[in-house]
Parts: sequence; structure tokens; C-alpha cells
Amino acid sequence: MKTSIDLTSMIPRDSVELRERVGMLPNVASDRTKQLKGRIAGAKAVTSLCGYCAVGCSTLAYVSDDGKLLDVEGNPESPINGGHLCPKGSALFGLTVNSARWTTVKYRAPYSNRYEERPLAWALERIAQLVKKTRDETFVRETDGKRVNHTLGIASLGGATFGVEENYLLGKLMHSLGVVAIDNQARI
Amino acid sequence: MPGLGTSFGRGGATVWVPDLANADCILIEGSNFAEAHPVAFRFVMQAKERGATIVHVDPRFTRTSAVADLYAPIRSGTDIAFLGGLINHVLATGSYFKEYVAAYTNAANVVGEAFADTEDLDGLFSGYDPQTRTYDTATWAFERDRDGAIVKDATLQHPRCVLNLLRRHYARYTPEMVERVTGVPPETLLKIAGLLVRNSGRERTTAFAYAVGWTQHTAGVQFIRTASILQLLLGNIGRPGGGIMALRGHANIQGATDIATLYDLLPGYLPMPSARRNEATLAEYLAANTKPTGWWVNTPKYMISLLKAYYGEHAIAANEYCYEYLPQLTGDHSMLPTTFAMKDGIVKGYFVIGQNPGASGQNAELVKAAMERLDWVVNIDSYDNETVSFWRREGADPSTIATEVFFLPAATVLEKEGTMTQTSRLLQWHDKAVEPAGESKSDAWYFNQLATRLKELYADSTDPKDRPILHMTWNYEHDDPHERAKGEPSVLKVLREINGFHTATGEQVAGFTDLKDDGSTACGGWIYSGVCPDGSTNRARGRDASGDYTALNWGFAWPANRRTLYNRASADPDGKPWSERKKYVWWDESKAEWTGVDVPDFPKTKAPNTPAKPGAGGMDAHSGADPFIMMLDGRGALYVAAGLKDAPMPAHYEPLQSVVQNELYGQQSNPALGEFNRPDNPYAKPVDDAYPHVLTTYRITEMSGIMTRYIPWLAELQPAAFCELDPELAVAKGIKSGDWVTISTPVGEMEARALVSGRMRPLRVTSNGVRKRIHQIGIPYNYGTMVALAKGDSVGNLIPIALDPNVSIHESKTLTCAIRFGRRVPR
Repeated sequence: MKTSIDLTSMIPRDSVELRERVGMLPNVASDRTKQLKGRIAGAKAVTSLCGYCAVGCSTLAYVSDDGKLLDVEGNPESPINGGHLCPKGSALFGLTVNSARWTTVKYRAPYSNRYEERPLAWALERIAQLVKKTRDETFVRETDGKRVNHTLGIASLGGATFGVEENYLLGKLMHSLGVVAIDNQARI
Repeated sequence: MPGLGTSFGRGGATVWVPDLANADCILIEGSNFAEAHPVAFRFVMQAKERGATIVHVDPRFTRTSAVADLYAPIRSGTDIAFLGGLINHVLATGSYFKEYVAAYTNAANVVGEAFADTEDLDGLFSGYDPQTRTYDTATWAFERDRDGAIVKDATLQHPRCVLNLLRRHYARYTPEMVERVTGVPPETLLKIAGLLVRNSGRERTTAFAYAVGWTQHTAGVQFIRTASILQLLLGNIGRPGGGIMALRGHANIQGATDIATLYDLLPGYLPMPSARRNEATLAEYLAANTKPTGWWVNTPKYMISLLKAYYGEHAIAANEYCYEYLPQLTGDHSMLPTTFAMKDGIVKGYFVIGQNPGASGQNAELVKAAMERLDWVVNIDSYDNETVSFWRREGADPSTIATEVFFLPAATVLEKEGTMTQTSRLLQWHDKAVEPAGESKSDAWYFNQLATRLKELYADSTDPKDRPILHMTWNYEHDDPHERAKGEPSVLKVLREINGFHTATGEQVAGFTDLKDDGSTACGGWIYSGVCPDGSTNRARGRDASGDYTALNWGFAWPANRRTLYNRASADPDGKPWSERKKYVWWDESKAEWTGVDVPDFPKTKAPNTPAKPGAGGMDAHSGADPFIMMLDGRGALYVAAGLKDAPMPAHYEPLQSVVQNELYGQQSNPALGEFNRPDNPYAKPVDDAYPHVLTTYRITEMSGIMTRYIPWLAELQPAAFCELDPELAVAKGIKSGDWVTISTPVGEMEARALVSGRMRPLRVTSNGVRKRIHQIGIPYNYGTMVALAKGDSVGNLIPIALDPNVSIHESKTLTCAIRFGRRVPR
């Protein structure tokens, strides 16, 4: 937005020295400053979404040529947020780029007092085997003479923080395993 | 969301968020809109700039109150009494929208003679069984004539017609009674009633907005029902600037309800088969869940198409499309009852994905103690959290805990593509911006891995119980070789399966009207059908916001891209706009079709003067003037004869844990609520001197939970848990702002810094005929003790588990507590 008062007009036209000193004019910028560009200038803008509340603000994620996230801003095109973001949405960058984030598999063995790093493939195979074992041990075909084909030995919680398609996959998998204790934040 | 579902037909907000700007009045209650959904609140402010009146009713003065034209402090948990007072006013003064009520609601239906109201039974309805604490709702039914048609009295004179039952039911909700229960003075109630009435009718509309302040109660569904009745009486549903805005919490909470990861729902609001009903075969299931009239006559098409999507070529008519592969329910398998099942050793393995019940769960200590009984837990998240690290929480001894714990690192929304459904039912696709950090993967990647590995582990099995895994279709190979190489499944292919396709050709169906019940179509979620209507289009990725404010080419709103639900009601019975000012969808005589700025939520060429066919099934049973197409009779429900477990018309009950006795009825709390009377889940008694204050919970702008507590920018703004209390109580307890205080309930204790503020104010209410001054304490529900930059005890530690009977939601918004100066004892 433009300021309504043109400050430069208040300085005498012929006072070159004053104009340079006063600190209100473009020419106070050093040569170095003039060379600098905004972090996101020229960066690729990818249309994404805010992952916090359910208002559904559209975001623009600015990505450098080498694939690094530079910044996240509100998408001015959106009929919902029109470029705005709240404090949480404005901090989306820090959710993804954060030194406290856990980006490796952690495993805690029975009775252990610590986490240890384990390979992803090992963890996935171990989990698949545990799911099979628990399912096979707890699967019930009938209860009180009625077919139930379910297991009460496995429960799943989650859905509201990840995508529609991911919910569909999780539901399809859990239903096919016979899991019925499925829930997410919608109830909670 | 059966409060909205049983009233109007669908469990979703009726409002397109930007349409709030068209309201003449907005009642915000059960929501701190400005702080919890700040960006959507700009439309409230736009409405205000255009001259609309904003009303806020809330236990706490917030930034929403600060910009409202009228703010009314209320005792937490008494909204049914308050809204009931408004209903009473509207009915007693005859200031409801008479043409709308007559044409679009079930006001004229006559209820059977066997029905008895709370007026007759001191707070109970007929059909209550005190042994099982459940209702047999048979006596709530409408009277039928010899042909089976509902008896109606269009003159609205019959004493048992719905409008007169409502009149009688709410007659005792006088302004004076409302004050005794809620603490809202009569003049404030009448002022608000006047605002709503003046801003409703042909020329003007009022919108309601609520959030979890209305849902997290043992009568939460009935809170929404009361608002629904009021909005139907005022004629505001289906109209621009009207409706009920349900402000939902998490980014995809609507999507996770629609394409449900909820125990009792299949995608598209098809009920999960239950052994407690007679649904052992597909024929029985369809008989039970196909409605004779209205849109749900289509249930067989949607269910059989879903089974085809799940089990592909294996699902054939001869095996009932593999219906028996679906597990059957045997009880309430929702999260909180499951927590007890975990504690009791029934649950052995637990997936926790993007949630943190160890901090944000109710009775959060019980949740973590229950997890100690698990054989294994798998947590998919981006950060360490109180749930996955339950074994090293304060007071736990890891050397006694046998649970095997896996943490799998999750990609964030920026690191993957896919769809989320926002609070106005709008599907929006997000592109992938960057590669996941480190070993992080999308949730889809993990589910794909699990499914394919389990298919391999069971590959040689001939056991019938393993057939669903082997027969489940799972073909989501990514078309992009770069993603395929990393094993990333194509979520676009998943969305296309949700949309549905013709099984013979593999071509996409254009929408749910293409679906068939003969196995020739497959569809993973019928309400989303139309989102990928052909081989190349993904309407969730639509990003053209030009044109009307309805922005029909920005994303895709279910059903069929309709923005405002029930918008047939924006026109009068003859199909003409109620007024030029509130023109939205209307009948175009020259083209013989419905038209307007939105997609009509009505059969496009069904003329307004189309008569209902007596005795007909499906949509033919509705006339061209019946706007609520999902309902049996096409009408909005002032009275719900079937579908709710606790009341056909809402009655005020006290929260399970309350500081007063119920002034309205002898029945203290919801007679059908879910209680768990166990030593590990104790409740405070009603009017318990040991817990004399009301405790309410809320969220703050800068925090969600684990997704914000590690972010330095946000932790700096809201670094720690606090507890808000009024100056009068603070003086009495010797507490100053910044002091440590301990808040306690029978479940446990928590400590926090005190914030003494006039935003909380004492209220004068009545209990057992005696006037009483009460204090309310507010605590943000965002923190956890163990990890992260922003820390603090979780208020979840104070909340025992008690449930609404319809949806098993907990009562976190109102309970009772004690407060004292100083820190708590270590656990």
C-alpha cells in the first residue's frame, strides 16, 4: 500500500546533500543492497494447503532451484483466504524445516529405556509380521452365533491430519484386516 | 455429525465460508471464531462492514467478543437452555417465518398418541429403560393413516402436530428460567431474540457459527439440534447469508468423516455393518439401510459400488459382492471405549497416526497407562510426542513396560500431494513442493508398504479369513517414474477410485447418478463422485476463482460441487427467490430448470409444481417444493422421530459434572449418556463441594498441539500452559497473574501459570431454587508435559471420560474443578 504523504516532496529539490542524508530516499541504498533480491524472487511457487485448521487456506510454497523450501505464504488467488494466513499458517515453514523434527525410524525394544535407530525396511517388515501375528491370534469369526469376521486386538487412530486418499487407503486396509476399532479426531 | 444430519439430511456445514459475508446477522456460539479460525473470520468482518450485527455468546470474553456488537457471557454447557429460550420466544410471539416453516419443515406432522414429553415425565421422554439407560424410540414416531402415510395438519391446530409439541416443550424456557440456568439476563436474551427475528425472513438472513464448544458435551448432538430447529423456524437454511457453519478443527477432519476412518462408517456415510443389527448378509444390510423415500433409496448402488472398489473382480452377485469380507461391529469401538479395552488387555496392537492422545486425549494418564498393556504400537508422526514416548513419561518405569514401540517419520503436507476437505465440504488438492526430509515418507507410502507386505505374508494362505487381504484391489502405481522408483503410490489413482469408474471399460463415472447396483460400477466414496469425472480432470485441483463468489471452479465441494446445501430453499415453494436481495437459486421457467449462482441442490429439471406421488418410492415421493432431498419426506426436521438416541426435541440437561442442580427438570443429566464408572475414571458428583468451580477448555490461535509446539516462532508467542480465572476468585484464593496454580479434579491434577483477567467473569445462576454465584476457569487445550519448546501440563489429565450417546464424543468443554495456589506434587 502507498503512503498518502510523499515525504520526498518535503525536501527542497536542489538540496542534493540533504536528499542523500535524510534517509528517506531510494538512493540511500548501498550498492550491495541494490544487488540483493528477496529470498523468494524467481523461486518456483508450488500451490499447497495449510495443514492446521479446516478453513482450508491455500498456500504458495517457494522452492529454490536445488529443491529447498524457502518460504510459505498465503495464496492471493484463493477465494477462501485471499493471500492471508494466521500465525500458525504463517509458521508452516517451521513445521517442515525444523532441527527438532524426527526424520528417521526410532525403535524402542521391550523394557528398554531408550530409542534406537533402525533401518526403515526392517521396521516395516517387523510391523507387518506383528500385525499378522496379532490378527491371527485375535481374529474372531463368530460372536454369539453371529458372523463378525473381526479382530478387536488391533486399533487404529488417526485421519484428520492426513489426506482424503490416505484415509481411503487406511480404511480399505483396516476393514480388510478385520479391524473395527478405527477412529480419528472427528470424534475427539 | 448427526445433529445436522438428522435435521437436514447431511452431516456437514450447510454454509460456503465466503457466503458469511452476505449475512445480516451472525450468531457465534460454541466458538471463538476470531482466534480459532481467524482467516475465515474475515468474512464475518466483511459482513459487519456491510452492516451486519455480530452476536457472541460464550463463557469467556475473547477477540470474537471484542468485535461483536453484542456479547453475552453464559455458563458453560447451558446452550440448549439459552437456544431453547430463543425458540420459546420465536414461537410465543409468532415471529417465525411462517411460509418457510409450513412448506419446508415437518411442523405439520402429527406425532403418535403414545409419545410423552419431558413435560409429562419430568425430564424424560417416553420409552426410557432405566436398566439399560437407553430409549426405545418407537413411541416417538409420527402417526400414520391407513395407507401408511404420515398424518399432517396443515392448519397447525392439532395439539400433537410438531409445531405445537415444540411450543409446549419449550414453554418453560422463559427468559427468567433461562437466566436461572445460564446466567444470561432476560433483557439480553430478548435483545438477541429481537436481532435474530429482525434479521430473518424474506429480505434478510442470519447465519449461525459453532465449533467444538457445542459438540464436546454429553448432549453435544442436541446442542446442534437446538440450533437447527431455531434456524428452520427463522427460515435461514439453504439461503445466502444463512445456514449453520460448523467450524471444524483439523485440516482434513471433514474428509476423514466423509471417507471415513471412523468405526461406525464406511465412505460416504454408509453405516458399517453391525452384528447388533440384522446385517449378516448384504440383502439384510440393504434392507435395513435403504430408505423407501428420498435420496437414500440409492443405498444399494453406493454400497455395491464400494464393494466393487474394495474387492474388484472377486466381488460378484453370487457372493454378495464379498460383503462378508467386511468385519461386523459388536459394540462401541470408538477411541475412548477402546482406551478402556486397551487397559483391560483386549487391544494388543495400536496404530496412532498424526494424533497425540497421550497429551490431547481425555484422561490422558489413563491413555498412557493403557498403552503399557500393548504388545506393540506404531506411531507415524513428524515429531516426538507424549503418545509414542508414553514409556518414559513422568512416573513411568520403562523396565516394567514390555511394549515394542515404532516411530515412523511422516512427511508434512508440503512434502506430498493429495486432497484435503475443508470445513465447507470443499476438496482441495495440494501439489508436492519439496522432497520429504530424511527418511520421512507420506502416510500413503506407509499404508502401501503395509498392504503389499501383508499381501505377501498371506500369499500362500487358503484360510477364508485371509481372503479380504488377498482379494483387496491395490493398484496405485505412480505414473511418474521418479516417484515410482521411490515406491510412492499414486494418490491421484486413489482419488479416481473414490470418484468411481465403469468396471467393464475402466472409464470414470461422471458423477454418482451414473452408479449402478449390478456390479457394473465401482466407487470408493459416492459423495465425492464427480471430482475426477473423466480421464484427465481433477476438479479438486481446480484453481480458477473467477466469476461469482461461489467460485465454482475453485476445488470441488461435495455433493456435485454444491456450495450452499439445501439451496432449493433459497426460493419460495413456487421456485421464485424469496426476495431480490436474497436471490440465490431459482426456477427458470423459460429453460425449465433450476439455475442461480450455485449448483442447485435439487433435481435440475424437477419443476416446483411437481406433485409428490402418493405411495411412490425414492425422489418421486417428494414434491418439487421439498428442498431437503436426503430426508425421507424432503422436509427439515423440527422434530426427529428416528435416528437419535436421546431426544426427538432437545431438552436441557446439566453436564455430568456440574456445579448446580438442573432447574428445568428432575432429570439431572442426559439419561442416555455414556458413563464409565471405574476406579481409573472417577467423576465429581453434581454440586460437589470439593469441586466448586466450572472448568472449560479452549484452544489458542498460535498453538494446535504437537504440530506447533516445536516451532520457535509460535513457542515464543505462547510458551507455556496457563489457566485463566476471574479477579474475584483470584483474590479469594490469593492468586496473582503469573503465579503457579494447581487445578484438580477427581481424575488428577495439573499445574499452570495463572492469568487473572476480566475476560472470565462470575455469573449468578440458580441451583435448587437458591441463587448462587459461580466462577468459571478456562484452560487452553494445547499443551503436553514431556517434549517440545512450548510445554505444560495437559488439561486432558483432568477430564474423565464421559460420552454423548449418539457419537461417543467426550465432555471436555464443561466439568468441575478446584484450584489452589502453588505447584502440584510430582507424579
